[in-house]
Amino acid sequence: MPSQPIRLYTKGVVLGYRRSKHLQYPQWTLVRIEGVKEKTDTQFYLGKKVAWVYRAGKKNKDGSNIKVMWGKVATSHGNSGVVRCRFRHNLPPSAFGATIRVMMYPSNI
Amino acid sequence: MPKQLARGVPLLSRSARYKKSGKWAVKHRGPVEGQVKKSKAVVTTKTEKKLGKKGTRTVVRPRSPRFYPTEHVPTKLYSRPPRPPKIRPSLVPGVVLIVLAGKLRGKRVVLLKVLPSGLLLITGPYKINGVPLRRVNPRYVIATSTKIDVSAVEVPAQLNDEFFKKPANSAPKKSQEEFFEGDKKDKKKEISPERKELQKTVDNQILPIISNQEYLKEYLNAHFGLNKGEYPHLLKF
Repeated sequence: MPSQPIRLYTKGVVLGYRRSKHLQYPQWTLVRIEGVKEKTDTQFYLGKKVAWVYRAGKKNKDGSNIKVMWGKVATSHGNSGVVRCRFRHNLPPSAFGATIRVMMYPSNI
Repeated sequence: MPKQLARGVPLLSRSARYKKSGKWAVKHRGPVEGQVKKSKAVVTTKTEKKLGKKGTRTVVRPRSPRFYPTEHVPTKLYSRPPRPPKIRPSLVPGVVLIVLAGKLRGKRVVLLKVLPSGLLLITGPYKINGVPLRRVNPRYVIATSTKIDVSAVEVPAQLNDEFFKKPANSAPKKSQEEFFEGDKKDKKKEISPERKELQKTVDNQILPIISNQEYLKEYLNAHFGLNKGEYPHLLKF
C-alpha cells in the first residue's frame, strides 16, 4: 500500500455552463483542464470520464458524506484548451469554480 | 420500394414491369433435374356453402393440426458466432500495464493473454506486487512501452473466462441467526488451492524473465501516480 494516496486523474476547474451572453445551456459545462492550453492538447482527454466530487450535508450509513457526479469530456471548446463536458445529470451552479477530476479512462493507449 | 410517379402511381406499367423482370424468357417451368419437389400435404375440409339462388360453392379450409406445442416457443433469432475480440495494437502479451481504476488502481502488472471475451488476463506477478491472476478491462488500462518476452511462457489452458467467472449463487444465503446479527464486514475470502497452484505455475515462468532485466522488479513493485506538473497528454507511456 502506498504511503501517500496516488492520483490517477488530472485536475480541472468548472468554468460554468456553455453559454452566450444571454442564453446558457446547462447540458454542457465548460472545464479548464490543468496543463491543457491548446485545442490540440485536448485530443487525449476527449471521451475521458470526469467526476465532480463534493461533500453533501448528511453522512450516509457508511460514515461518509462524499458524493460524486459523473460525466464525460465531450468536445473541445474554443482554441485555448477548454473542454465541454456532459454529465449524467447537469452540474448544479454550486459547482462553478470547483475542482473536477478528469480520469485517465476509458483509455486508448 | 418500386419507383413511383406519385403515390399509388408506379413508374412502370404492369406490362413494362413484366417485360423488365425477364419472366417471359424463362422457358422451363418444371422441376429442376435432381430436385425432388416436396408436396405439402395439408389436410383440408371441404364444406358446401349455400348461396341461395347462385347455388353452392365449396369452401376449402385447412384443418387445424393434430399436434401443436401447448406453450408458444419463440423461434431463436439468428445470432452470428462470436468472433475474436478486437483489441488495440499496444496490448500485446508481455506488455507492462498500468491499471487505472478499481482495487488495483496504480499498479503495474504484466499482460499474459487476451481472453476471447475481450478481457485481459494479467498477473502481478503475485510475489512482486500482490496482484494475482486476474481479468481486467482493456479500457481501464494503459499499455506502457515496457515489454517482457513471454513467448516461452505457457499459460495453462484452464485460465479462460469460465474459470474467472463469478458463480451464479456467490452470495451465501443467510440463516435466521445470521440475518439478525447483521452484516459482517470482514469476511475472509478463501482462495482455492487450485488457484494458488496456477498462480505459482505461471509466476515461476515469469519471475526469472523479470529478474534478468535491470530494475524491472522494482518497477513492477512501484505504483503509478500523477505528480505535480505531470499531465497525461504530455507523458509518453
